[in-house]
Amino acid sequence: MRHWFFAPREGAETAIPPAARALGFVIAFLVLGAVFTFAFFRLEMAWSWEPVWRYRAKFIEGFGVTILISIASLILSTIAGVLFALAGRSSLLPLRYLSKIYVEFVRGTPLLSQILLFFYVVAPAINVRDRYTVGVMTLSFFAGAYISEIVRAGIEGIGKSQIESARAIGLTTAQTYRFVIFPQAFKQSLPPLAGQFVSLIKDSSLLSVIALNEFAKNAQEVSSITYSTLECYLLLAVGYLLLTLPISLWTRWLEHRTKFET
Amino acid sequence: MDLSITNLSKSFGTQTVLRRISLVAERAQGLVLIGPSGGGKSTLLRVLAGLEYPDRGSGPITFASKPLDFANEDALRAHRRTVGTVFQAFNLFPHLTALANVTLPLIHVHGHAPKVAERLALEALNRFHLAEHAHKRPAELSGGQRQRVAIARAIAIKPRLLFFDEPTSALDPEMTAEVLEVIEELKEEGRDFVLVTHQMGFARRVADRVALLSGGTIAEYGPPGQVIDDPQSEVAKAFLARVLKY
Repeated sequence: MRHWFFAPREGAETAIPPAARALGFVIAFLVLGAVFTFAFFRLEMAWSWEPVWRYRAKFIEGFGVTILISIASLILSTIAGVLFALAGRSSLLPLRYLSKIYVEFVRGTPLLSQILLFFYVVAPAINVRDRYTVGVMTLSFFAGAYISEIVRAGIEGIGKSQIESARAIGLTTAQTYRFVIFPQAFKQSLPPLAGQFVSLIKDSSLLSVIALNEFAKNAQEVSSITYSTLECYLLLAVGYLLLTLPISLWTRWLEHRTKFET
Repeated sequence: MDLSITNLSKSFGTQTVLRRISLVAERAQGLVLIGPSGGGKSTLLRVLAGLEYPDRGSGPITFASKPLDFANEDALRAHRRTVGTVFQAFNLFPHLTALANVTLPLIHVHGHAPKVAERLALEALNRFHLAEHAHKRPAELSGGQRQRVAIARAIAIKPRLLFFDEPTSALDPEMTAEVLEVIEELKEEGRDFVLVTHQMGFARRVADRVALLSGGTIAEYGPPGQVIDDPQSEVAKAFLARVLKY
């Protein structure tokens, strides 16, 4: 009976039986479902999905925009993150401090104020008029700081003996990064990186404040037209989950895999 | 090797590890460094391998009458490229297979074509009976096998000089024997090497010259028969009495 509900003891050879996994998952799911069903039941909600369905094109369009913004920011923020991580390790001191100031500034201030600052101050100054470009820039700037910390931790996690060994065989600094540090740091950094990408996708919803027609903004619009507020936001939640859940699951899998490799 | 060291000092912060060491080894094939832990053996080896910088005010270090230019990073790298270094902790690259560990310097430092590099690497691995392990990663190899891969990596580049920094200190006796055999083989084929070790019997066997370092200075220097069997200084006598007791 026990093994239906409890995981095997730590160190025991047996894996969790698939049936027990399924049972546990179903129970957890049912409990959550019951709580929400009860809450909605108490609300005596008169669902009104029909007007929302009429505006489905807006949701689909917003979803697409969110995906595009996320992909663009994901690429740009990774580049920014790696560059700032390297700058943070530079022997040129002003460059090193620039990277530190950047990281502390971004991590210490709300994304919302960064978006407004970029939109009203930085973008006009450098003559960027397209709000989508500003949005992607801000988001990349923001996520880049976190990614640079992840990359920095990954690089610093590489043992001194590895770098010594690279020097001993005569690699240059650039070659050491390319052949020794990055391949190992990348593997170490993948799980936290994937987590950061999940945050980035969700954070893109804040770009609605500068009127980007992304998923969250369009959901807001439909809700104010149709008054089906709860319906719209439920749909919004499900939409983001569709994007983030695969990444989370992939992260789990990666963590599981690296655990056995070392 | 023809090696000459003059007034070499090295400190880390306030701690002085080497104090004005001078040493001349002419036509010596095997130079073995022994002595108590913290005596400066490994630091001396690492300076010679071009991995640590001597303190300012140190005299020149010359290999075959050519001084090592520690101020010039490119020259230093050129020096590291012509020598092979083997560490206590193996220091293989864990993300690469044994074969890739050996081919990496061959391709990217010595400019061999990948095909040629692979052939040279397999030759080196074969020599140490590692052919069947060529495609395994370090984590799948035993300590002795890892150290032999590290030695294969060091000799595949045809170095003019090999450095072994306590190559067996992390190994159990059986694996130690495995690795010492390999070093002895290299000695027999006439390769020059500098070795730091705690294995006195082995030191006596392979050394032409033994230097006993203690407290950052050379307490005793000469042929193994003289240094190990007939030490003159008090420090050397005390050290050898301790290590040879068991």
